[in-house]
Amino acid sequence: MSVIERIEEQLTNPVVLYMKGSPDFPQCGFSGQAVQILGACKAEYAHFNIFEDPELREALKEYSSWPTYPQLYIGGKLVGGCDIMIDLYKKGELATLLSSVGAVAA
Amino acid sequence: MTSNLIKKSLTDALKPQLLEVLDNSAAHAGHAGARSGGGHYHVTIVADVFEGKSLVERHQLVYKALGDLMKQEIHALGINAISPSEETKGSL
Repeated sequence: MSVIERIEEQLTNPVVLYMKGSPDFPQCGFSGQAVQILGACKAEYAHFNIFEDPELREALKEYSSWPTYPQLYIGGKLVGGCDIMIDLYKKGELATLLSSVGAVAA
Repeated sequence: MTSNLIKKSLTDALKPQLLEVLDNSAAHAGHAGARSGGGHYHVTIVADVFEGKSLVERHQLVYKALGDLMKQEIHALGINAISPSEETKGSL
C-alpha cells in the first residue's frame, strides 16, 4: 500500500489527529493543546504519532499543503492546526463540526 | 535573521496592507522542537487575498508563501490572517 493510500484509509475515520507523540504523552506543546481541546469537546478520534512514521510525516505535508503538526481532519477534510482549532473552539464551531460526523461522546 | 526573511517572503507573495512578525523563540528555548534550530514565530497579516477564504485556505496561502523556510528556520508559526473588510469591522 502506498503512503497516499494509507493516508486515505486513515482519513476514513470521522475525526483524525496527526500529532507528535500520543494523547497520553504529547511530545510538543501544540499537539498537547490539540489533545486538550478535543478532550474539552468530548470528541472521539483516531490519532497517529508522526514520529513513528517518517514516510507519513513527509507525505502528509505535501498531501495537505500544510507543513506543520498537529493536523486535524474531520470528515476526511483538513480543518487546520492548533491555532485554527483554538479559534473554532472559542467560537463553538468545533463542537458543531465534531457533532456533524457523530464524534462526540454522549 | 529569520524574522526579516519571513517579512520579505510574505510581503512579496501576499502584498499585505499590514504585517507584523513576532519572534517568540526565546520563550521556547530548550524544548524539544527548538533543538533542531527552528524558531517560534507569530504573524499578523491583513491582506486582500484572504477575502472570502476559510481559515484553512488562509493559512495554506501563508505556508505556501514561506515555502522552504517552514522546513528548517521555522519550527512553529502562529497566524492571524485577516482580510481588510474584517479589520475595519474590528472582528479581530
